[in-house]
Amino acid sequence: MTQQSATVARPVANRPAGARRGPVSVRKVILTGVGWLVGLFFVAPYLEMLVTALKPEHELMRSSYLPSKWNWSNFVDVWKAAPIWQNMKVSLIVAGAATLVTLLVALPAAYYTARNRFRGRNAFLLLILVTQMFAPTALVIGIYREMVSLNLTDTLLSLILVNAAFNLPFCVWILHGYFSSIPKELEEAAFLDGAGRVKALTRVTLPISLPGVVTAIVYTFIGAWNEYIVALTVTSSPNRQPLTVAIPSFVTQYQEHWQYLFATSLIAIVPVVILFIFIERYLIGGLTAGSVK
Amino acid sequence: MRSRGTGVATPVPRAGAARRIRSALAPLLWIGPAIVLIAVVVLWPVVEMVRTSLLKISSSGLTLGSRGAQNYTDLFSEGDLVDVMLRTLVWVVGVVVATMVLSLGLAQLLNARFPGRRVVRWAVIVPWAASVLMTSLIWKWMLDNYFGVVNEVLVDLGVIDKPVNWLAHPTQAMLWMMWVAVFVSLPFASFVILAGLQTVPGEVYEAARVDGAGTFRTYFQITLPLLRPALLIASIINVINVFNSFPIIWAMTQGGPGHATDTTTTFMYKIAFFDQNVGESAAMAVVNFALILVLVLLYLRASRWREEVS
Repeated sequence: MTQQSATVARPVANRPAGARRGPVSVRKVILTGVGWLVGLFFVAPYLEMLVTALKPEHELMRSSYLPSKWNWSNFVDVWKAAPIWQNMKVSLIVAGAATLVTLLVALPAAYYTARNRFRGRNAFLLLILVTQMFAPTALVIGIYREMVSLNLTDTLLSLILVNAAFNLPFCVWILHGYFSSIPKELEEAAFLDGAGRVKALTRVTLPISLPGVVTAIVYTFIGAWNEYIVALTVTSSPNRQPLTVAIPSFVTQYQEHWQYLFATSLIAIVPVVILFIFIERYLIGGLTAGSVK
Repeated sequence: MRSRGTGVATPVPRAGAARRIRSALAPLLWIGPAIVLIAVVVLWPVVEMVRTSLLKISSSGLTLGSRGAQNYTDLFSEGDLVDVMLRTLVWVVGVVVATMVLSLGLAQLLNARFPGRRVVRWAVIVPWAASVLMTSLIWKWMLDNYFGVVNEVLVDLGVIDKPVNWLAHPTQAMLWMMWVAVFVSLPFASFVILAGLQTVPGEVYEAARVDGAGTFRTYFQITLPLLRPALLIASIINVINVFNSFPIIWAMTQGGPGHATDTTTTFMYKIAFFDQNVGESAAMAVVNFALILVLVLLYLRASRWREEVS
């Protein structure tokens, strides 16, 4: 399939205007069909999530593609079936606070390294790049031991710190890129007009780099929202667990509430997918650290 | 790829020792918090991990003195280790190769013009934005022996006679988990390659057409070589992500039965939290860390980061 779509896609994408303009070419129809099928393929598991979330509980244990009755009340009942409000609150607090910390730490670092040359600048940027490559998974045993010795296990603070630190590199990179692309003269003009350094930054530079700032915010928030292994490891009280850790407990050896599990999953997934779509086109630059030119 | 400007001013050297000290310390005011955060949350655990790998830790977490290299000796004499290592290699290579090949096609598709392309791009993004854990859970449910939609479809199509308990057999379970890993890795890889495709100027293709190169030749001799940097970066980031991937295996088989579907990551986790052997688990973590470090060095070479920042 890959090769096919590759060879099909190419000439269409780069066809100069006016060339080969038939009524509706067969090629285009096939291309469109394949495109939509591929799109469907990627959302299919989430549609199945929705279908399962809408099944009455007794229909879960019966082979059927669709529920006989669409049980929309599952989305209401799930809030009563388990204290997911509390877990959602934890997810929100952790993701929100981590995003705030990351932004407050990343903004000055990105701005300064974009505007100034100083001893240790390269070393700092290297540190950032290397950190970006380390997922918490690789370090989870070390993180766990550190939190034990700091007496921070089972606290939201530990989750906030971990999420802030591991998302920091991406934010520094993407903001660094934006700040670097803004001419210094623009800021100096504001500076000469009597604005202070900080004012020049907040009134001129920040508004121009808003897409970068928004991307950094959304990316960090989603990363923290979806984080699993550290939360699984350092939290133990049910009321301090984020959604990712709490959700699997809908299905245990004692109970199997798959419909609630997936209702909650959808409640967690839909908002972040929408956020992600907003920042889609800005993401790649930050993720690849500008190495693809 | 967005190019980054290089309009960076060099501070003018000024006389005066106090000034010099101040100018040497000024950067710390701006980048200090970032360094502290990384030091506390990233570097400290690295040190802690190495230290723990040399200690005897009780199951309740108390340090009972040094063990020297004993944790490593224990680890390397684990009967399952070689299998787990080999499986990890198959897991990483299999998932990354499949992801890269498929994402080349997917990126071409997303780059082509057709009605509804925007919506298709959004659809492809969904597994990237969604929690990998939740995506793995829905796949686990879809693969359910009795009620999973995968079995339903395959039985109805006549591919299989009766439902198969996919996740109970190590080989099948492994293949399905690799499938899920490819599924969640494709969006990122495709979008990096898509970004690479968009930097190829249209004139290049026109020139190729004028020269009489066919679609096939154009792709292999022009497009693919120009995509090299994008491919390289996407692969290396993918390798690191797949190597570190924990939620897929944890949600779908928990590495079981026994250690039959463990990779080094889940193996490490089970030694620590099932066997309560934190010391040996830390030894496994150090081995994992060393492997990733090699990958990071490869990444640094590939990304030519120094040219980028200066």
